[in-house]
Amino acid sequence: MELSVTDLAVSLGKRRVLHGIDAVLRPGKVTAILGPNGSGKSTLVRTLAGLLDPDAGQVKLGGKLLARLAPRERARRIGYLPQEATVHWDLRVADLVALGRLPHRAPFAGLSAEDRSAIDAAIETTAIRPLADRPVTQLSGGERARVLLARVLAGQPEWLLADEPLASLDPVHQLDLLDRLRALAAGGMGVVIVLHDLVQAARAAADVLLLREGRTVAFGPAEAALAHQPLRDAFGVEVMVIGDDQGRLLPVPIGRVKS
Amino acid sequence: MPPATPRRMNRVALNGGLLLLVALLFAGSLMAGKFWVPPGTWFSHDPRRWIIAELRLPRAILGLAIGAALGLSGAVLQGFLRNPLADPAVVGVSSSAALGAVGAIVLLGSSAPLVLFGCAMAAACGSMLLLAGLAWRAESAVAFILAGTVLASLGAALTSFLISIAPNPYATAEILDWIMGALTDRSYAEVQLALPFIAIGCGLLLFTGRALDALTLGEAAARSMGLRLERTQLLVVLGTGLAVGASVAVTGIVGFVGLIVPHLLRPLTGARPSALLLPSALGGAALLLAADSLVRLSSGPSEVRLGVAMALLGTPFFFVLLLKLRRSTWN
Repeated sequence: MELSVTDLAVSLGKRRVLHGIDAVLRPGKVTAILGPNGSGKSTLVRTLAGLLDPDAGQVKLGGKLLARLAPRERARRIGYLPQEATVHWDLRVADLVALGRLPHRAPFAGLSAEDRSAIDAAIETTAIRPLADRPVTQLSGGERARVLLARVLAGQPEWLLADEPLASLDPVHQLDLLDRLRALAAGGMGVVIVLHDLVQAARAAADVLLLREGRTVAFGPAEAALAHQPLRDAFGVEVMVIGDDQGRLLPVPIGRVKS
Repeated sequence: MPPATPRRMNRVALNGGLLLLVALLFAGSLMAGKFWVPPGTWFSHDPRRWIIAELRLPRAILGLAIGAALGLSGAVLQGFLRNPLADPAVVGVSSSAALGAVGAIVLLGSSAPLVLFGCAMAAACGSMLLLAGLAWRAESAVAFILAGTVLASLGAALTSFLISIAPNPYATAEILDWIMGALTDRSYAEVQLALPFIAIGCGLLLFTGRALDALTLGEAAARSMGLRLERTQLLVVLGTGLAVGASVAVTGIVGFVGLIVPHLLRPLTGARPSALLLPSALGGAALLLAADSLVRLSSGPSEVRLGVAMALLGTPFFFVLLLKLRRSTWN
């Protein structure tokens, strides 16, 4: 179901961070949110996940106000992968992935057969089966990123919201994770990712939302939103557009806009 | 290739084993003392059975309940605050309860069990609600720990102040005697007072398991998994206030149980906070029963105080634990 925001305004403390954002996010597609540091990307994702209450405007999931959903119901439908990758206790990987089932489980009940198969599927999708018995602290950054993604997938959400999932990953693991996210979207899941890298965004996203200082600079298909003028407006950079072997246009930043 | 995690103990086996240990130590606690009372006499006409029925049974019941309360609240607080150094003393509940009791002795001039208990409970629950208010909707556990530390210091300072204005040396002696923590001469009156509050408090704390697991991934992730953080905080604060408040109200301050027990058991349960709750309650009960039996066996005209003994035993033990932890991190 569609995840949409209309005329959204959000504040952190007394500071207004987002102003009048309108967007309809499509399931089955990867939508990338881009913008300079402090432009409100994380705030927007957290609001979409129901973690922040808007000052004005609405967030709707399939026509229903997100704020009206019970927290558990919301949690079952929207999975959120925070930027913070801290795991406070040294859990076993399989136990950490199982945490993703919490919104589905009754108090004090053990894991049901359905829980187990969802956990198993998440472990399969993220290719972490060899790690299942390892403690989380012994994982590399790339492995940990996959394990944390598996935690969200174990909840079988309709939407996956990931806040800078590529931060601190090397290029190989960045490409690997983006491919997995694209595959999830191809399977029908709505995927929203906050990204910093224009090239990766062009490679992975069908839709792009460009933010600057809490306002929308452009929203639409990636080719249109990642063109010269919107990127000048959002980031103040000039890009060179190159084509890759699959015919995709990738904007590479080459310098600052001269005023 | 790093080693896989050591196999965790089967949950049923672990809890069953701990339960058996608690039962054995409970029986041992009935037997041990200046007079050794073997089980054969408990249900006979031997006059020593009155020692069991009137003196040792209430004491053992309190040891069991209070140990469980301290162990469980330690495990819950460590999970909730995601801090392995947390225990009931850190959030100020123990010193607040002690302040309430000392206030009763100094200001009301009464050391009747009911008055002492009522004042200690009121102070413990009051300070926990104050703590919840101070840390309400705070985005991190640090605010909670800071507010708790401030409350703990305030409680200790006010207690010292009350001791300094105590009307006579007798009252001072009574206060010191009380603060040091002991199960000596506790009767069924104290059992009846404390047990319901400890039971309710522990019941509330046991409901936090799922939330503590979710908090392993931080507050934002936990809330995105449907956790109502405010509700969890209320359960933690009320549960700790009731269970630990009632415990301190009848024994005085007995430290270290809440800190040590979860550490001891974590290697056996795995690090998942919810898996640690029940074992910590059982382990706390076992530890306190064992310690209380040991202090009774000490020679001399009066026994070593339980609170003092726990601190004396607990400190070197904790050092060894820390050294082991550091060594395993280095390798």
